[in-house]
Amino acid sequence: MTSANRNTKVMNRYDVTSRLIGKLRNEEAVIGGIGNTNFDLWAAGHRPQNFYMLGSMGLAFPIALGVALAQPDRRVIALEGDGSLLMQLGALSTIASLKPKNLTMIVFDNGIYQITGSQPTPAASVADIVAIAVGSGLTNSVWAADEEDFERLVDESLSASEPTLIALRIDDQPGVGTTRRDPVQIRERFMHGLGVRQPL
Amino acid sequence: MAIAEQHTPPPTPHDKAEKTWHGIVLQTLKRNDVNLVPYVPDRVLTPLIKNLHADPFFTTFATAREEEAVGILAGAWMAGRRGALLMQTSGFATLANVLASLAVPYQIPLIMFVSERGTLGEFNYGQALVCRTTRPVLDSLALEHHTITRIDELEFIVDRSIKQAVATQAPVALILNPLLTGGKTFDK
Repeated sequence: MTSANRNTKVMNRYDVTSRLIGKLRNEEAVIGGIGNTNFDLWAAGHRPQNFYMLGSMGLAFPIALGVALAQPDRRVIALEGDGSLLMQLGALSTIASLKPKNLTMIVFDNGIYQITGSQPTPAASVADIVAIAVGSGLTNSVWAADEEDFERLVDESLSASEPTLIALRIDDQPGVGTTRRDPVQIRERFMHGLGVRQPL
Repeated sequence: MAIAEQHTPPPTPHDKAEKTWHGIVLQTLKRNDVNLVPYVPDRVLTPLIKNLHADPFFTTFATAREEEAVGILAGAWMAGRRGALLMQTSGFATLANVLASLAVPYQIPLIMFVSERGTLGEFNYGQALVCRTTRPVLDSLALEHHTITRIDELEFIVDRSIKQAVATQAPVALILNPLLTGGKTFDK
């Protein structure tokens, strides 16, 4: 199944995350998965609608699903690494069965656990993330061919009427920044950003 | 299942349903505006799950793993919607990491209902063993938990526990003991 992504360009996580954030105009919620994924979300510029996961590996998509179910009029974007996604593949079917209209899932696939020493994932040379997603019921799942294709797919997903999964091949670079590890403040500011609470 | 089945009502009317453990749980969730209820199923929870599905007030669905449901409920809470997770003791045993890395440090009022297997007539040794990990894990994180054995105490405990979880922004586990639910017996 590795042939499916043979023609896709190897991109950079920070670059494509910055491109994504630059497109957001409607206070979209963005959930960043563990490690480099949320480090680059942080480095791309903090927004009140960003949530940074400091543990609970694999739960970026479920957290985003919860936000999407609670605020169906807000677009929700989840960023996840391939290693994280492998820990929670069942979540893809849960999302497929609930069909939230407002959820975009982005998978950064470098085939390695970069942050722990770049060990290859068990899927690296044998599995195809998009094929897994389609097989899990997420029929609107695609590989982004390059940066321009990624931006086009993001634009489409932000007005789609079904959940979208976009996978990108990325390089082995670490995250550019480091998220401030203050979970209470991260959660509280996210709730302010989503209009659930007002500051004291 | 004998006791649980005796008390299994038709989905309506509510006056009958409220006298069962699952009717009381459903009505107390509703009264506290807890309307998002993911679960990993358990035989004992079946009448509650069935009645949640039948009631349009609730959004209820199965997840593949319990920790997935914790993620969903954390996201929903932060976006302004209340929920609760239904699972079995063996499912709770998979949650130590997500409790310690998401629910507790981010101060999420995660409401957990745990159908207790592994005690009072358990026939599967593995269930008996995993059951014994439940309270030590909860205690190790200093989490609020109650074991409910009596139907006359059920509404008070559930109602007060939901309110406390929300007010203190802290998880709570409500362990539904076989004395309350009838549990699962050898012949099933």
